[in-house]
Amino acid sequence: MKSLAELQAIRDKARASVNIRENAEAETRVLVGMATCGIAAGARPVLNAFVEEVAKRGLQDTMVTQTGCIGICQYEPVVEVITPGKEKVTYVKMTAEKAVRVVNDHLVNGNVVTEYTIGANAIGAK
Amino acid sequence: MFRSNVLVCGGTGCTSSNSEQIIDKLNEEIKAQGLDKEVNVIRTGCFGLCALGPIMVVYPEGAFYSRVTVEDVPEIVSEHLLKGRIVTRLLYQETVVDDNTTKSLNETKFYAKQMRIALRNCGVINPELIDEYIAQDGYAALGKVLTEMTPQQVIQTMLDSGLRGRGGAGFPTGLKWKFAAANPADQKYACCNADEGDPGAFMDRSVLEGDPHSVLEAMAIAGYAIGATQGYIYIRAEYPIAVKRLQIAIDQAREYGLLGKNIFDSGFDFDIDIRLGAGAFVCGEETALMTSIEGKRGEPRVRPPFPALKGLFGKPTVLNNVETYANIPQIILKGADWFRSIGTEKSPGTKVFALGGKITNTGLVEVPMGTTLREVVEDIGGGVPDGHTFKAAQTGGPSGGCIPASLIDTPIDYDNLIAIGSMMGSGGLIVMDETTCMVDIAKFFLEFTVDESCGKCTPCRVGTKRLLEILDKITRGNGTLEDIDKLEELCYYIKENSLCGLGQTAPNPVLSTLKYYRDEYEAHVTEHRCPAGACKALTNFHIEAAKCKGCTLCARNCPVGAISGKVKEAHVIDTEKCIKCGVCMEKCKFNAVVKK
Repeated sequence: MKSLAELQAIRDKARASVNIRENAEAETRVLVGMATCGIAAGARPVLNAFVEEVAKRGLQDTMVTQTGCIGICQYEPVVEVITPGKEKVTYVKMTAEKAVRVVNDHLVNGNVVTEYTIGANAIGAK
Repeated sequence: MFRSNVLVCGGTGCTSSNSEQIIDKLNEEIKAQGLDKEVNVIRTGCFGLCALGPIMVVYPEGAFYSRVTVEDVPEIVSEHLLKGRIVTRLLYQETVVDDNTTKSLNETKFYAKQMRIALRNCGVINPELIDEYIAQDGYAALGKVLTEMTPQQVIQTMLDSGLRGRGGAGFPTGLKWKFAAANPADQKYACCNADEGDPGAFMDRSVLEGDPHSVLEAMAIAGYAIGATQGYIYIRAEYPIAVKRLQIAIDQAREYGLLGKNIFDSGFDFDIDIRLGAGAFVCGEETALMTSIEGKRGEPRVRPPFPALKGLFGKPTVLNNVETYANIPQIILKGADWFRSIGTEKSPGTKVFALGGKITNTGLVEVPMGTTLREVVEDIGGGVPDGHTFKAAQTGGPSGGCIPASLIDTPIDYDNLIAIGSMMGSGGLIVMDETTCMVDIAKFFLEFTVDESCGKCTPCRVGTKRLLEILDKITRGNGTLEDIDKLEELCYYIKENSLCGLGQTAPNPVLSTLKYYRDEYEAHVTEHRCPAGACKALTNFHIEAAKCKGCTLCARNCPVGAISGKVKEAHVIDTEKCIKCGVCMEKCKFNAVVKK
């Protein structure tokens, strides 16, 4: 170890893996439906895509976690984004690619990706 | 990138209740479910709530599972880790609000009043990975000291912080460093006392098992402050997990260049080696410890000269306790004023206590100095279990004394404990209820010191033996009032004439119980009665004829056939044959067996 900068670099890199243990009171929660129906429809890559993208973007106060079946199995994989003080956003028929866009547009820039939400899909299905 | 972290306690307590096997099973199940790239299993140090071990915490949810068994693991993996459904039945009950809500661990009674400085990383990081320590600002204090501060400034910070030695005596750490720094020498040493010997104390072990790097970092800081280039950690061989993790930590620190030559390009060299102790209590005394490191028989030597002038190998040496060191990086990073704002005027900071004995939450707690004994025992410790009442707490192990129930509201700090005839000691806190006999407790600690006296000086070697003999005589009901006076006189003699701290404090358990429970001593002597019913020689078991239903259960279980009587008629115990094992009392469903 020759300099403080070197130590800081190790710290920043290691921070990402330890952060998760302090985020119990996170601001924004991303809930990925991981019941049997969700898993069958491909929720696991979606969950992993969220985790990686959130870490890549360094979103300190966002927690990604699983939840159970909310009863709209035909729309799985379902992802809910809950931010205190705002209306819950429900994304449906998610994929890993869509997840990346949700992180970038919604979580980083605050713009809900309307075309992936349940509202848009339910109307489109008619 | 892992989406979930599973932290399993790998402290000695949980390890002995199979946490190793739980970790193996977890890894096996996680692999079977194909989750091994998503879930990270981490073996941590002690969480503190040892009574509920083995403990497992799952993040990001922060679900706190207690008393986990190997059989529970498949359910945790398939329900929680895969599907995100928390296994409610395994949660620590206090964290469950209702079916779907849990509260944070920090809101539970056990953790709410705690403040963790020395233990801040225990149960949070993987102690075998230096990167995780660095992620928690590890080695930043060493970096700051080496690049921005002079040794004098470091010592001044320690003096200003008011940090006192956590090993027991409470000597100001900054002062110790100042003395050692002032003595010029070609070689100096910064050593760590990890020879934790008090029965019931395990905070040093837990720090070393859970956060070994904090001690290494602080030792390097001490080395820089006093001008030492070599450090030794003296740790007992009975702590295999701590020894192993320390060695891993030292190797990793060397690899990163945080120990060794020219650390942070500052020209400062420092390295640390481990020395194993064989478990002699006296080797926790500083001069005996250094004699032992030198390769000689671990016996204390006369002070002065103090170690700061002539210590290890005759060179100026600083010797601090594990918990003391664990506080230091935080003091450097956050400043002396921050540390002073915690605790009391004369005892700043926090203290770790190992709760044991008759208490619900056996385990490790860290509280600000000045917290009352009542808060520690009743709020954090969960009180005395099984409907018994609090009688006294013993602090300071074999060198300390008892705090009676009447003084339960005493704020705990160094000076208050001395004032009421006990001492801080290393922080063992043993809770006793009304079934504990205070003469018997004094005898227990004296048995320990008689065993552990090194024998170098007569007052300790012979004096403690005589004390034990008198105590034994009293608990057998053969004592006299003169014996009690003789006991007290001998105590003061030993205190004044012993060579080292072991002998000087050995009579404390007797003196403090005499101070608060003299009536119990007198009851043993004058009435041949043990008020707590603990001394076997003075207690007899009887069956109350009115309550006995003649079920014969006691007679069938008596190992010596001392109980006689016909079915459906009152039974009788033959006190001549009775060995006072208490089985009849345990078995009786009608509370007909009583101790008198």
